[in-house]
Amino acid sequence: MKTSAGYLLALAALLVAPLAFYPILLMKLLCFALFASAFNLILGFGGLLSFGHAAFFGGAAYFTGHALKVWGLPTEMGILFGAGLAGLMGLAIGQLAIRRQGIYFAMITLAMAQMAYFFFVSSPFTGGENGLQGIPRGKALGVFDLQDDLTMYYFVLAICVAGFLLIVRTVHSPFGQVLAAIRDNENRARSLGYDVERYKLLAFVLSATLAGAAGATKSVVFQLASLSDAHWHMSGEVVLMTLLGGLGTLAGPAVGSAVIVTLQNKLATGVLAAWVPVVLGVIFVACVLTFRRGIVGELRAIWRKSF
Amino acid sequence: MSVLKKVLYGASALALMSGMASAEISGGVVKIGLLTDMSGAYSDVAGEGTIVAAQMAIDEFGGAIGDAKIELVSADHQNKADIAANTAREWGDTAGVDAYAELVTTSVAMAVFEVAKQQNKITLVSGAASSPLTNDACIPTGLHWTYNTRALAVGTGGAVVKEGGDSWFFLTADYAFGDALQKDVTAVVEAAGGQVVGSVKHPFPASDFSSFILQAQASGAKIVGLANAGADTINAIKAAKEFGLVAGGQKIAGLLVFLSDIHALGLDTAQGMQMTVSFYWDRDDASRAWSQKFFEKTGKMPTGVQAGTYSAVRHYLQAIKDTGSDDTDTVLAKMRETPVNDAFAQGGVLRTDGRMVHDMFLAEVKKPEESTGPWDYLKVIRTIPGEEAFGTLEESTCPTK
Repeated sequence: MKTSAGYLLALAALLVAPLAFYPILLMKLLCFALFASAFNLILGFGGLLSFGHAAFFGGAAYFTGHALKVWGLPTEMGILFGAGLAGLMGLAIGQLAIRRQGIYFAMITLAMAQMAYFFFVSSPFTGGENGLQGIPRGKALGVFDLQDDLTMYYFVLAICVAGFLLIVRTVHSPFGQVLAAIRDNENRARSLGYDVERYKLLAFVLSATLAGAAGATKSVVFQLASLSDAHWHMSGEVVLMTLLGGLGTLAGPAVGSAVIVTLQNKLATGVLAAWVPVVLGVIFVACVLTFRRGIVGELRAIWRKSF
Repeated sequence: MSVLKKVLYGASALALMSGMASAEISGGVVKIGLLTDMSGAYSDVAGEGTIVAAQMAIDEFGGAIGDAKIELVSADHQNKADIAANTAREWGDTAGVDAYAELVTTSVAMAVFEVAKQQNKITLVSGAASSPLTNDACIPTGLHWTYNTRALAVGTGGAVVKEGGDSWFFLTADYAFGDALQKDVTAVVEAAGGQVVGSVKHPFPASDFSSFILQAQASGAKIVGLANAGADTINAIKAAKEFGLVAGGQKIAGLLVFLSDIHALGLDTAQGMQMTVSFYWDRDDASRAWSQKFFEKTGKMPTGVQAGTYSAVRHYLQAIKDTGSDDTDTVLAKMRETPVNDAFAQGGVLRTDGRMVHDMFLAEVKKPEESTGPWDYLKVIRTIPGEEAFGTLEESTCPTK
């Protein structure tokens, strides 16, 4: 009950947030929150460390951008198209990667994501180093003009809340419980008769699709899809966001991504502009050394200890 | 009839004057947002120096126009289009920035063009070189100041072909700028009866050019054209030296070389090279005086990109001062009707496609014994008239010209 009250409070805050803050920054926060939450679905709840999620995030951005700009699809169809293709990429990469565990799994996902990156660099439809620019925002459901930042914000909020609810539902479903069992002891889950590979693959595809939805939405917000979304830096950044916020907690990745994106944004124009990666690195080291459960994980531990 | 005309003229003049009187500067501040490469391949060509140059222009106005202060904000775009677009959008939406300046790297300039088009804000491009910026990719408020790839092609490309360099192989930076430069030079070479035997694209930015140089050697072309810039050009020339490309009888044509590149390479390596420049500090009294001031602040002589940033910002501020308004259309109209006369350009004309047309110069790098001291690197061998360098307005494919 307490958590659902917390969620309602957060939703209420998000509904009024654009009155106080710059909507585009908020939309960026939301997209990254969804991305990190999708990533957390397989790392936090499935125990699979993927180092290739940028391929889904950036790939969907390109697919959506192309669908909206060249084919002139309606905005929501374009986002669905991008997310769907990211899911298909997830199916292909997942099929290969889930056969191995631990570091080998991470390396396979990284290698496949790098292949996707080089595909994006050299394909003419992505615009290579220039990126895909001037993606039209269009109209939501053919009615609401998304060129207006406030309308766009509520459109993004709807997508991200839907994605987040899907993750919450998945984690609490029997499927999520089996996933947790596999994470905690894969052999035992197998001996109980669960088809471990299928569960892992399904979780991987779901995570890839939602990461794709986040990337697709981001490309519509900024009207731009670029290589930095598909670069392995992005895969690393989402790991950082998830760990900092709290691995295996539902709200953690959202909090972590909010902290990282806000920091990047605020530091970009100050005296520390050239030092952003260093600052983030120091935060990461501090997080791993002193509060391993992440921000939300530590708060939850304190909460439990004191009540 | 004539009385009626006079009355009409008088009325319209009155209307204009009252318009000017009521026009004012939004927010009481003229804010210029400068995006440049502070840490990457183009940080010597543009970078910190462009901020100094823009500040020098602002200082000429005493830091204020009337009651309105002039402010300069700057950020490092890291040569990434998404960072530049996001920063520009935020500046325009929340920080009250009136105009964007500099924007080295074509992909960055194009991304900011998208933002500026939506926000209807003046964009003063200095560093980005691609000619599409005032052709297919033009926007009504996008002004391209310093040079473009067409001018470089006409200058260096034309000069090299004239000296018998009729077979070319290109080393091209793999983004919009490299493509544009290669395309423009290819047109010049082929029009002069030469031919292009091949090309290879290298990633941007690149540090290892060995495999590309080997391909250039294997091509057998007389001229290896470097369709890149900044640190990429320096690295390519160094790699070519190590692999004995010039010793093997081939020649290098640097298609976009800056004074800072010559400084980095040294006269021993660079001597005899021909280059097209928009600005050379040791050209006349005005350029020498301005460059000396720049040198005192930075310890370096300015590149064309830096001087161009100064000129663009100065001309923009002058138009605001003359009209008393920072309204985009008013300022733009004033900028177009006033010729550009400063340390950078004489008699420069701002066209409706956004192109600032001014003379360019074909220069040759001096031999070490010809140079009298540091920064005395170039001798101007030909002045390329603006129309020849940039083409006519009729040739521009800009849809809003």
